[in-house]
Amino acid sequence: MHTIICVKQVLDPEIPPAKFKIDPETKKVIPPAGVPPVISVFDERAVEAACRLKDKNKGKITIISMGSAKAADVVRHTLSMGADDGIVLTDDAFENLDSFGTAYVLSKAIKKIGAFDLVLCGRQAADWGAGQVGSILGEMLGIPIITLACNIEVTGQALKIRRIVRDGFEVLEAPMPSLITVSSEIGLPRLPGGMGLMMARRKVIPTWKAVDIGAEAAMLDKANSHTEVTGLSVPTRKSECEMITGVTLVEAAGNLAARIIKLV
Amino acid sequence: MDTAKGVLVFGEIVDGKLAPVTIELLGAGRKLANELGEELSVLLLGSKGGSLGQEAIAFGADTVYTDTDSIFDVYNSDAYTQAASGLCKKALPAVMLFGHTDIGCDLAPRLNGRLGGGLAMDCLALAIDPATKFLVSTRPVYGGNARATMVAKAARPQMATVRPKTLPAAERNDSRQGKVVMIEDKIDPSVMKIKVMERIKEEVEGVKLEDAEVVVSGGRGIGSKQNFEMVKELARVLGGAVGATRPVCDEGWTPAGLQVGQSGKVVSPKVYIAVGVSGAMAHITGCLGSKCIVAINKDKEANIFNVAQLGLIADYKEVLPALTAKLKELKTA
Ligand SMILES: Cc1cc2nc3c(=O)[nH]c(=O)nc-3n(C[C@H](O)[C@H](O)[C@H](O)COP(=O)(O)OP(=O)(O)OC[C@H]3O[C@@H](n4cnc5c(N)ncnc54)[C@H](O)[C@@H]3O)c2cc1C
Repeated sequence: MHTIICVKQVLDPEIPPAKFKIDPETKKVIPPAGVPPVISVFDERAVEAACRLKDKNKGKITIISMGSAKAADVVRHTLSMGADDGIVLTDDAFENLDSFGTAYVLSKAIKKIGAFDLVLCGRQAADWGAGQVGSILGEMLGIPIITLACNIEVTGQALKIRRIVRDGFEVLEAPMPSLITVSSEIGLPRLPGGMGLMMARRKVIPTWKAVDIGAEAAMLDKANSHTEVTGLSVPTRKSECEMITGVTLVEAAGNLAARIIKLV
Repeated sequence: MDTAKGVLVFGEIVDGKLAPVTIELLGAGRKLANELGEELSVLLLGSKGGSLGQEAIAFGADTVYTDTDSIFDVYNSDAYTQAASGLCKKALPAVMLFGHTDIGCDLAPRLNGRLGGGLAMDCLALAIDPATKFLVSTRPVYGGNARATMVAKAARPQMATVRPKTLPAAERNDSRQGKVVMIEDKIDPSVMKIKVMERIKEEVEGVKLEDAEVVVSGGRGIGSKQNFEMVKELARVLGGAVGATRPVCDEGWTPAGLQVGQSGKVVSPKVYIAVGVSGAMAHITGCLGSKCIVAINKDKEANIFNVAQLGLIADYKEVLPALTAKLKELKTA
């Protein structure tokens, strides 16, 4: 079984909101100094899902990440978790692509990789959170798409998937190959072990450019973008928090209770 | 692209009724259609589609497209994508709106991939640019730390999923006129690649999170599944629902269905009590609509105090029992 996973390197989403700064001119976020970028959370869980499938059914996991050359760091992280191969897709022409452009590049890379049984993506990226690259990619590859998976199993020739819905979940059966987007409910990702880290360090991670995957210039031309960001701002919050106090903490709790009871 | 006209709402039917979010979309869609000077239509799939048509018209639709095949009574991504893309190819809407629900989040991106449109997810506001007539969508990015506005210049349809309970519901006017159009094309069964084997409802004890007037949420600061009982007890006393942050769900202290936030549920109760929650924007995004946020945290620098109206700086273990006891007393008094 061959699983291909698309992962993205993002600004660490856990930086405190006070450190979050943007440049409204360029409509970009200014990364705070000294905070290394990380793998997007849901993508990491997709890798976990694939590793669990591999633990049970054997097979191979290939990671692709479109981004800067630094994306090799997140690819290496997934290799240490148990992925077998990783490729970084980097090219000036790939910068600032919208969801369609991104899905196009990923689809071309996947076609170059060759045969596969499963493609996994995170449900959305931790930065722009567009939540559509996986589905567009699935449509471009012409394979069935299942979103918001919280469990994936292989039963014979088919995939059995649990998908999160409003009031519970559905159990779906899909053929292979399919594309599945993974949600955090799949569970915590594994911590890389010593062996994994050592193997990952030794692996060569090739970089592919537009020419290597046969991406057409017109498809990467920003003039043909489907969507465009016209503004970026940080919402101002004017909340004044009234701190409740008391001589003792128990008294403070009582004072808070008196305030809450008036609101309900 | 110039031939694309009108606003199409993807309608959802829940328990045999128009979903609240659909009524909100009809309100928003009506305004956009008026600004464009074009029609508002709605797509209703499933056996109730026909009978709810008049209601959708009362809420602002000019045209109701419906396919009452019972195949649509349970959401199936393949069938819905085919039906919706078939309609879009014929009706050529300029704008298409969805609820940011489990269905909308699945269908909209897929339809977008098939039609080659321009989609913005989880929108909080929609407007028509008066000069260009483009749809301008405002959506949270970076977990809610920032907001972006997006447009699709040439790609059609311009699509958006809209966060439920964000835009006002349409007003009902039963004297409104409109037409109901049956969709003739039948679903080609060979497109149905994914089988829905079963749907399992997760029963939550007590009040449902999305409908609750009071929500008590616990964060990682609670420390253990056992201690989380204290959060539940406070919710019980207040007749409210229990919520949680993602780390709490990850640890299995609560079922995943109780996660509040960007990738969980969006709630807007009268009172939202956050205990041991740091206030990451990805969480706050899910409760910003609350009338009053109350925060209990031992760290006075925690971001939760920047969004709360009432705060108590303390180790929750030292105040929660007293708070719960006092509220119990006040409730019964
Ligand atoms: C794309 C994306 C989507 C996300 N979606 C969601 C989402 O939907 N929902 C969600 O919740 N998160 C979401 N997150 C995660 C989010 O960014 C935060 O990591 C998470 O909300 C933090 O949870 P927390 O406040 O429980 O934990 P922490 O940030 O660890 O905070 C714990 C808090 O408890 C306090 N504390 C500790 N001990 C005590 C004590 N004894 N008494 C009182 N206070 C104490 C601490 O001071 C601290 O402020 C998402 C992240 C990303 C990147």
